[in-house]
Amino acid sequence: MVDTPLHETHQDWGTSARQWRTVAAYLKRNPSLVVGLIMLLVLAAIAVGGQLFIDYKDASPLSNRPSLPPGADYPLGTDKFGRDLLAILVYGTFLTGKVGLVAGFIGVAIGAVFGFLAGFFRGRVDMIISLVTDVLLTIPPLLVLVVIATNIPGKLDTNQMAIIISLLAWRQPTRQIRAQVLIMREAGYVKTARLGGTSQMGIVFKELMPNLIPYLMASLVLAVATAMLASVGLEALGLGPQNEPTLGMTVYWVMLEGAFTTGLWWWWLTPLIALITLFVGLYLVSAGLDELANPRTRRRRT
Amino acid sequence: MRILRRLLLMVLIIWIAASINFLMPRLSDRNPVEEMIAASMGESGGTMEGIEEAVADFERRFGMDQPLWIQYLNTIYDALVFDLGISISYFPDRVIDLVLQAFPWTMGIMLTTTLLAFAIGTPLGALTVWPHAPPWLNIVVPIVMVLAAIPFYLIGLILIYVFATQLGWLPTGKGYSSGLLPEWSWAFAQNVLTHALLPSLSILLASIGIWALSMRGMMVTVQGEDYMVFAKAKGLKTSRRFWRYGVRNAIAPQITALVLTLANVVTGAILVERVFSYPGLGSLLYQAILLNDYYLIFGCVYILVLTVGVSLMLLDLIYPLIDPRIRSNVID
Repeated sequence: MVDTPLHETHQDWGTSARQWRTVAAYLKRNPSLVVGLIMLLVLAAIAVGGQLFIDYKDASPLSNRPSLPPGADYPLGTDKFGRDLLAILVYGTFLTGKVGLVAGFIGVAIGAVFGFLAGFFRGRVDMIISLVTDVLLTIPPLLVLVVIATNIPGKLDTNQMAIIISLLAWRQPTRQIRAQVLIMREAGYVKTARLGGTSQMGIVFKELMPNLIPYLMASLVLAVATAMLASVGLEALGLGPQNEPTLGMTVYWVMLEGAFTTGLWWWWLTPLIALITLFVGLYLVSAGLDELANPRTRRRRT
Repeated sequence: MRILRRLLLMVLIIWIAASINFLMPRLSDRNPVEEMIAASMGESGGTMEGIEEAVADFERRFGMDQPLWIQYLNTIYDALVFDLGISISYFPDRVIDLVLQAFPWTMGIMLTTTLLAFAIGTPLGALTVWPHAPPWLNIVVPIVMVLAAIPFYLIGLILIYVFATQLGWLPTGKGYSSGLLPEWSWAFAQNVLTHALLPSLSILLASIGIWALSMRGMMVTVQGEDYMVFAKAKGLKTSRRFWRYGVRNAIAPQITALVLTLANVVTGAILVERVFSYPGLGSLLYQAILLNDYYLIFGCVYILVLTVGVSLMLLDLIYPLIDPRIRSNVID
């Protein structure tokens, strides 16, 4: 038993057909994951596929006739500045998604390293990392980002936005991954591997890393959602890329120009629906993944 | 010990905030004073001549010509005594005065909505996993939880459209009608309340689900405990088992959740104020960003961060009352 590498034993999944049936059966029991994934996939299809049919130029000011209600030429109408809202839907969703994904990935990457260092090596490293993370977690992130973004000279673009947001996006992942590593390093299979003479590095790469992946995924979904929340919030406050049609900037223009009182309902309806679909989709996926990772939160059936 | 640690944390937060305030403008190329003078000169139709002298004069007045370490110590001292400088856009008003004017509006709306959302969301979340839950919960709770995923201000936008623009029942924004002067009268209070209704409702709708969600998780764990089975076996009334045995034991981590989400609630409230042009810190912050008033931006951020810090400290003081286990651990 000791001779077989342990990490290979739990890769016995059976045939792929059986695998699929298991996945399908599971998804049936986890509707929130399915609905969330569908919502996100629809948005992704619009944001990526739509670029084949719609020109980026249509999402810039003065490219179309302004303030047109939805009609044959412009299915979603145009805003006061002559942006086609269909183009905003396509490119805005894409850009907002990009900012969230980039910042979320950077955040989880940094968080994974910090969380791993803190959880695996403990001691002074853990003390410092945990203290900094805890202090930073109590500070409202948007406020710090406001101060940073205010001091960036010149006009922001979406790449800079992503980097600014990633400055704080590592806090939650660090905490989550540290907690998980703390549990895993005491787990039976790690102890067995240690007894079996696996080296420190071997434990890290063969035992801990592969098992950490599901938790990294769950962290990523949350980090992306948080990053998008921050980016849209910053943009709504006017601290966004003024020249790029992200969803948050569209919300900013809507509020600045008072689209509510001027009756241009189609101007705010499109970005609002896109944002709500995005946030609710991410929430449902994260709730679904949580159910997958922590069976304890599963609803009891009595 | 816990209180001492919290105090230390507060000092740390103030120190970090002051350091950021010191570092950020110096790291970036932007000079808020110069930008302001240039702007005001442009407005009054003056030329750019003599701007350097004016900037130098201002920098002397703001102490920017002193050695860096003295400037740094000054910044920290100023932060401690709330001397946050003079607003550039509302010159010559002091930042602290502007912030204090806006503060009660933000606190009023934040406190009421947070407490209400907590009071509604917690039992709601506990009920979802309770076997004797009323059937209407199966409709209400999923809605409330999905709403929790949507940022407060987006819900605010929908509420404005429905209740203010379309139905005309409530005002679209502002703290009180523009014709009125603030006074202690029933009519004015009523006016303020009608104006606060929609912003409060958007925070409330979006945050009930936050508490419901975390409470649900805790309640699931508590339900598996032996004392719950024992209480049932003893034949205690359902309501007593729910409140005294279930909720009472599940609520302590809920306070921790309250602590952790407070930072998010503050952020959300700022943006709601922006949506409703509510005269609190959020709107002030927005104005400051719009006018590029660095000192005012920092002032708003600083006070909001401190508010969260102080609230956390207060919550820590309340915590032992809710969870007696903490009280017995005080010694170690």
